[in-house]
Amino acid sequence: MSGLPGHSVYTPKSGVARWLEARLPILSFMHGSFVAYPTPKNLNYWWTFGGILSMMLIVQIITGIVLVMHYTPHVTLAFDSVEHIMRDVNYGWLIRYVHANGASMFFIAVYIHMLRGLYYGSYKAPREVLWILGVIIYLLMMATGFMGYVLPWGQMSFWGATVITNLFSAIPFVGDAITTWLWGGYSVDNPTLNRFFSLHYLLPFMIAAVVALHVWALHVVGQNNPAGVEIKDVKKDTVPFTPHATMKDAYGMVCFLIFFAWFVFYNPNYLGHADNYIEANPMVTPAHIVPEWYYLPFYAILRSIPDKLGGVIAMFGAIAIMAFLPWLDTSRVRSAVYRPVYKVFFWVFVATCIGLGYLGAMPAEGGYVIASRILTAWYFLHFLVVLPLLGLFETPRPVPASIHDAVLENSAAKGAAH
Amino acid sequence: MVLSKTFRLTAALLGALAISTPALASGDGHAAPKIERQDWTFGGLFGTYDKAQLQRGFRVYKEVCSACHGLSIPMRTLSQPGGPGFTEDQVKTLAAEYKVKDGPNDAGDMFERAGRPSDKFPQPFANKNAAASALQVAPPDFAVLAKARTYSRGFPLFLLDPLLTYQEHGVDYIYGLLNGYSKDDDPNWNDVFPGNKIAMAKPISDGAVEYTDGSPKTVQQYAKDVSAFLMWAAEPALEQRKAMGLKVIIFLMVFASLLYLTKKRIWANVEH
Repeated sequence: MSGLPGHSVYTPKSGVARWLEARLPILSFMHGSFVAYPTPKNLNYWWTFGGILSMMLIVQIITGIVLVMHYTPHVTLAFDSVEHIMRDVNYGWLIRYVHANGASMFFIAVYIHMLRGLYYGSYKAPREVLWILGVIIYLLMMATGFMGYVLPWGQMSFWGATVITNLFSAIPFVGDAITTWLWGGYSVDNPTLNRFFSLHYLLPFMIAAVVALHVWALHVVGQNNPAGVEIKDVKKDTVPFTPHATMKDAYGMVCFLIFFAWFVFYNPNYLGHADNYIEANPMVTPAHIVPEWYYLPFYAILRSIPDKLGGVIAMFGAIAIMAFLPWLDTSRVRSAVYRPVYKVFFWVFVATCIGLGYLGAMPAEGGYVIASRILTAWYFLHFLVVLPLLGLFETPRPVPASIHDAVLENSAAKGAAH
Repeated sequence: MVLSKTFRLTAALLGALAISTPALASGDGHAAPKIERQDWTFGGLFGTYDKAQLQRGFRVYKEVCSACHGLSIPMRTLSQPGGPGFTEDQVKTLAAEYKVKDGPNDAGDMFERAGRPSDKFPQPFANKNAAASALQVAPPDFAVLAKARTYSRGFPLFLLDPLLTYQEHGVDYIYGLLNGYSKDDDPNWNDVFPGNKIAMAKPISDGAVEYTDGSPKTVQQYAKDVSAFLMWAAEPALEQRKAMGLKVIIFLMVFASLLYLTKKRIWANVEH
């Protein structure tokens, strides 16, 4: 599976292991993937978020499976069944708060993971497929998170589902038919809740499958690293995954769990919306319909376009454009460490996304709309104009010959600073 | 050096955004209702409910609010740990005061019986429509009301709230609302309610509920006590949650330090 020679070769020691190995070489496969796998030795803590994301997927699946044992997917019972979980199920409050906050933590981790990829150019050849698989995982996560938020059947669940499913009615000619098909009726109602519940249970397993492909692709092309240069000499440039990366990832995961626990135990409703503690009522529209925080930048893009179909295209385009990133960025240098101009544009892009997120939470009126339009324009310009041109006009700093050289350079710079 | 420069640039951009937002926010005309943050015993890392306060709040609910507002929680929770601290016998006596509709029995008839602690508090109206037809609007149920209300803290306070573990927006809103009836000639005027016209006329006045523990019989005190009671109704596991959180976080911190030391040892002979 690995395209890189490992640090050691697995030899089965016991008779049982030899028997199994001759029939299904799963032990040597595990050894090659998670023990001997060569890890660039200059990775920083931003690289621990891959492991953190795997952990979050497992946390969400386990808590989700337990929640399903006590939840009732029916418009007249769903809201009460969530309160039943909170009050009557042993530690139900804990499981639900872990799951609800876990979704937000999953997105915090994935945004850090994606920005790390953007900063260090992890999407460039030969990692295009790895990157595109990541974009697919992100899309599946968005769908899963959206459907999960509908299940408690609060006001935001209902009205969020109404707004988002209505977007499909903007498709010319077949839009209304598609929306009716999605709803299973003529409005968001019991059939909608039931199918969202079914899909919310299905999609995480699809995510797990694409994660397996993502990890497979990663193990073929090897990890990128802060220097952005390929592994030249496995012995000089890398360390074995276990124990080096295993222990570093474990430390990163536990630090992340502290942050996670802070929200679960001390701010369990901070990342949610108060209106979702009001049972869904199709006759009463909330004053401001706001999606979960992790969709806000895309919601701002949607609302910034005065035309409904145009807004929908822009919103989905904002996600789809990421899949083309490997070919939009024309620079041959991967890491922003050696790209002085790109580095500035990277941080401007980060600020743009945060700004769009803020505007997505504000009412669509006056100055907010103008600001959304400017930032939306910049979001697309960054991908379509800045990145293609930057590769042609930017003069990168000299890139180290190898990871080993990059490490030496770094320690020399540190020594000089002291 | 280069890294710190980019950080400064980002900070400057975020700063510019922060400065521009109040200007945008003030453009929409209507002033936000003034809600003040209150001191609650259940706030912060070590927060616990004040049992006497919850009992007083329950009294206010029972004697005043329950005429219109439902409370869909089981009565047995009144004697659960981390709550108002009534005894099981007290709850049994209390439950028996209510008539509960049950059935059908073997003959197929619905019948009335005395309430039991496992029953939920009986609703004041047969259904939402009955409530709405009697009172213009169906009054909200009290079970999760303290989590279903909030108010905007504005930038940058809303970002700091999780750090300060400020989670009592809902109770502060309810407290503000109960104290927001400022016009003697208009009982439906409320300073805090969005739009200022509230269907619920001033629900309580000084001296309306008898307190036996010497607490002041004022609207402020009633509002404070019943708000705390609503917080407990919405978050009955709050004390357990906060106590567990402290243990979990201390454990994770110790665990993280051990992992860090192990990691450091493993990487000690690798230049990285």
